[in-house]
Amino acid sequence: MAASARDLSKVESVIQLKGVNKWYGQFHVLSDINLDVKEGEKIVICGPSGSGKSTLIRCINRLEEHQRGDIVVHGVTLSNDVKNIEAIRREVGMVFQSFNLFPHLTILDNLTLAPIWVKKTPKKEAEEIAMSLLTRVRIPEQALKYPGQLSGGQQQRVAIARALCMRPKIMLFDEPTSALDPEMVKEVLDVMIELAREGMTMLCVTHEMGFARAVADRVIFMDRGEIVEQNEPEEFFANPRNERTKLFLGQILHNH
Amino acid sequence: MTDAMPVGDRKPLAPPVDETGALGWARKNLFSSWGNGITTIVLIAFVVWVLSWFLEWALFTANFTASTGAECRGGGACWALIREKFRYIFFGSFPYEQHWRPLFAVITMLAMLVLSADRRMWNWRLLVIWGLGSFITFLLMFGQIHIPLSLILFVALVGGGIGLSLRSVLATPSERMAYYALVAIGAVGLVLRIVGVLPAWSIAIAPLSYVETSLWGGLPVTLILATYGLVFAFPYGVLLALGRRSNLPLIKGLCVGFIELIRGVPLISLLIMASVMLPLFLPSGTTIDKFLRAQVAVILFAGAYIAEVIRGGLQSLPKGQFEAADAMGLNYPQKTLLIILPQALRVVIPPLINTFIGFFKDTSLVLIIGIFDFLNTANQALVDPNWAGFPGEVYLFAAFIYFIFCFSMSRYSKYLEFELNKGTHR
Repeated sequence: MAASARDLSKVESVIQLKGVNKWYGQFHVLSDINLDVKEGEKIVICGPSGSGKSTLIRCINRLEEHQRGDIVVHGVTLSNDVKNIEAIRREVGMVFQSFNLFPHLTILDNLTLAPIWVKKTPKKEAEEIAMSLLTRVRIPEQALKYPGQLSGGQQQRVAIARALCMRPKIMLFDEPTSALDPEMVKEVLDVMIELAREGMTMLCVTHEMGFARAVADRVIFMDRGEIVEQNEPEEFFANPRNERTKLFLGQILHNH
Repeated sequence: MTDAMPVGDRKPLAPPVDETGALGWARKNLFSSWGNGITTIVLIAFVVWVLSWFLEWALFTANFTASTGAECRGGGACWALIREKFRYIFFGSFPYEQHWRPLFAVITMLAMLVLSADRRMWNWRLLVIWGLGSFITFLLMFGQIHIPLSLILFVALVGGGIGLSLRSVLATPSERMAYYALVAIGAVGLVLRIVGVLPAWSIAIAPLSYVETSLWGGLPVTLILATYGLVFAFPYGVLLALGRRSNLPLIKGLCVGFIELIRGVPLISLLIMASVMLPLFLPSGTTIDKFLRAQVAVILFAGAYIAEVIRGGLQSLPKGQFEAADAMGLNYPQKTLLIILPQALRVVIPPLINTFIGFFKDTSLVLIIGIFDFLNTANQALVDPNWAGFPGEVYLFAAFIYFIFCFSMSRYSKYLEFELNKGTHR
């Protein structure tokens, strides 16, 4: 589907992970991860809980620190240099499982905060961008409310708009629908699908296989800190090769 | 969702009759059983008996007009003593004919506190209110203020620095230039002053006669110690709390060490250290005002306690708030000032005001080192042999004044909690 639209081999890599390793104490949470993400590519990462998939994408914007290997984002190699990290974070938007909106700020202030303070966008311009993005996620009427007054689905759409306000080149989604009531999952996925169709580079940790089928160029299955299998969605779901993938797919597809 | 019942047509039911109105309330809460009924009646009788005795003593048989203690004896409360001594209790040994000065200083400070209690003032106005209010207060109390050149330069340096760090993003080029100019003037001037190129010049504002701090007493002393103690201890406590959570081992170690050290000793011992020990360590010839030393001791002490209260608030924030701020590319000061502190401080308003109230009362410990705060002047009023023997009246009066302040703070805490959480309520 989306994958056949373009030939990805000719496109530049925007994220490169080379031999990335990470430990939590003795626990080897990421082992020898190699991953190349092309510009405009949509990647869905799935796997059982504790498999390291969240840790993987959190390493990309340095919410977690990896101990060995290289992560290159937009040509910048991640290091402990704060300026370096902040530069990468400006280019990479992130959406969390638990929304993490700022409860003491209105929706509009949540959206304009980073553009004003990080990108130094004039306030008026930032508000215009924010309103256009709120319209895009279909809740402009909530702009002056506080996060606590919105439903989970609305909060997650605000969180997506908030990340987009920084005009990121890459979006990371960490289980964006896992904390939502079932009837709200679709409204969030619809926004994400729209975003994917517009050509955003996306890395999504999710178990929404319908979403993976609709937009993913590649599905990655992780288990015990390793990338076990990766393939185009059609092939991935139809002919999983690894036993662990089969077992996992059997479990989650069964539940749906 | 598919419920077909026409909900809107239902009549709302009135609540059960016996739970509404004063009678209903009394029946439910006071006379719900025989045991409760008897307890209620006994307690009411007791309260009436105590109250009637107190009113008899404090009002009906009280003496308001006696001119000596002897005339007061035998009757009820001797409020004539308060009438006779209230000016000493309120203003201590401040020159008698100049009592209007501490009076207006107290009024200025109260106005300052009331104004800054209003949330709409929480911006640059707060600086103006406190700058102006403090200047008036201390001008009234001292009578004369000498502003040395080095202080002016220091203020320029700090002001420019704060402006640069807080407004670096939002400032216009000309505003930023002004900050740079302030910093430059302050830094260069201070160096020249220290080297000795600039003279020890100072601005003298001297409209009134000079009254030194050892003559200050009563309510202004208590208010100054408590207000400025907390005003300085608060930002200091915030820094300590942030430092204690720092990833840098040195900063963290210093903050933990300081907090634990201060919390490990009583305030009294710190005050005695400040008043007796500190002068021994200073080079001979230099003296630091005793009042200032006590003030600094209060600030250090309160800072440690406030830090721990604020740390509680910082720890109550979900990790996701820090991560979201990080993921957006906010740097540490932005994250702290815009995301973390506004939320953490909201959470800790009740324990924070609790600490404030505690410190307001703890300032009375300065009587140990011979500073005449409000409680100490009240105490001194009892020493007069003409009026010996009426401690109850004086302490009751002092307690009443303390109560007004502490109760106001407590109510303000309640208002603030409500006000700050207004928007976030569902």
